[in-house]
Amino acid sequence: MSQYLIIAFSIFLGAIFVGCAIIASLLLAFRTPDSRRKVQAYECAEDPLGTARIQFKVGYYIFALLFLVFDIESLFLFPCLKIFRSVTENPTDLVNPSVLFIELGVFVVILFTGLIYAWKKGVLKWE
Amino acid sequence: MQNNIDSSLYPTTNGVGDFVRSMLSAQSAELVNNVLAIIAILMVVALSPVVLIWLERKVAAHFQARLGPMRVGWHGMLQPMADGIKLIFKEVLKPEGADSFIFFLAPILPATASFLVLTVIPFDHHLQVTDLPAGVLYVIAVSGLGVMGVLLAGWSSNNKYSLLGAMRSGAQMISYEISLAFLMLLIVLLSGTASLREIVFSQQGTVMDWWIFKFPVFGFIAFVLFLISSTAELNRGPFDIAEAESELTGGFSTEYSGISFAMFFLAEFVNMFVAAALTTTFFLGGFLSPQFGIAPLDQVLNMVPGFIWFFLKSYVVIFIFMWFRWTFPRPRVDQLMDLEWKILLPLNLLIMITGGIFVGMGWV
Repeated sequence: MSQYLIIAFSIFLGAIFVGCAIIASLLLAFRTPDSRRKVQAYECAEDPLGTARIQFKVGYYIFALLFLVFDIESLFLFPCLKIFRSVTENPTDLVNPSVLFIELGVFVVILFTGLIYAWKKGVLKWE
Repeated sequence: MQNNIDSSLYPTTNGVGDFVRSMLSAQSAELVNNVLAIIAILMVVALSPVVLIWLERKVAAHFQARLGPMRVGWHGMLQPMADGIKLIFKEVLKPEGADSFIFFLAPILPATASFLVLTVIPFDHHLQVTDLPAGVLYVIAVSGLGVMGVLLAGWSSNNKYSLLGAMRSGAQMISYEISLAFLMLLIVLLSGTASLREIVFSQQGTVMDWWIFKFPVFGFIAFVLFLISSTAELNRGPFDIAEAESELTGGFSTEYSGISFAMFFLAEFVNMFVAAALTTTFFLGGFLSPQFGIAPLDQVLNMVPGFIWFFLKSYVVIFIFMWFRWTFPRPRVDQLMDLEWKILLPLNLLIMITGGIFVGMGWV
């Protein structure tokens, strides 16, 4: 548990480190008064046209969904992979390596099928 | 800093840590040691960008047969310092219509996240802030925070280039993160442990016992895949389409200036070091000295402290990253996504199954 306290402490120190740099800059930086041109969003020297929160490709969203699937897959694989070696070295009645390997294989194959399905559906195509 | 040390496994001790332990009571000594370790890592965070920016410019220059920065300090060594100080004195602009809270929060996230990964990396036998039993899982989780910073920055800037650049970066980073996660899990499968220090110790022996060679052929393939995925995850050339200057101005950081921009820049270079450090830990034996099975040579190599080997190996990997950048042309965005989802991911799953067979049969 104390290990995680150290992590929490380093989050705190890391944020302070970055915060100090930003505060130092706020105190030291030169400032000029705001003008309309100065605060204008950059658009290659043109006046910005319309809103910046434009509609963009839905493709990004689909990739995010796929990412979610595979990221959670890696999370589910983790415990299985972690014990694989120790189970191989001393198998018990409850878990033995061949059963574990088959389970691993089935899990990976199902997800791989999912990837192929998405591929055939044209989700991975980037236009 | 260290709990339940097995003295046969960890023969060397840390001079500074022992000194603190001999001077103070056990409780306060541990606290002081932790603070010292975290401060040491903060120094790495603060100084490695300075070295890396110089190295990046010099390597780039020599690849193009020119000299690079030469004026400030010896061979331009102080140039990054000068640039950093300049950035501190620059005004931070906030564009009209930007969401100020998120706009100023965004640069803090990637910088802190890159620092957090460093806390579990073993620099030497006893030079590690904390060794989590599920270190690999922690690394996967924390390195994902960087994407948040990029997306928040792009969205809050109120700029079309920023938004598109952030979306591209985000899509690229999350895609290659899967590859990275799978490759880290492959190492967990091979070594049977998720603690980074134990992963290093699972590579004890000669050079042939490092995971790059110990897992025949596939280990090397996995190493190459790890390098490719790290390059893409770092948004570095040749995979820097997100901030391709000729297309999207500056990507997600278009509207950032002064110290806020410096924070993104810092995070980028610290992340580069982190990626190299992870490659070293997982594939190149971490802080272990290279052994060749020739007794006199091995003894000489063993005399060099572990952290020197660690930094040496990391900088070799960093040089490979820089080499990539000036060797390969930039792919198109669709080619980049195809590379990940249609080539790297199936290959990763294949290597995972092969790894399972190898471990199951007792071949590695």
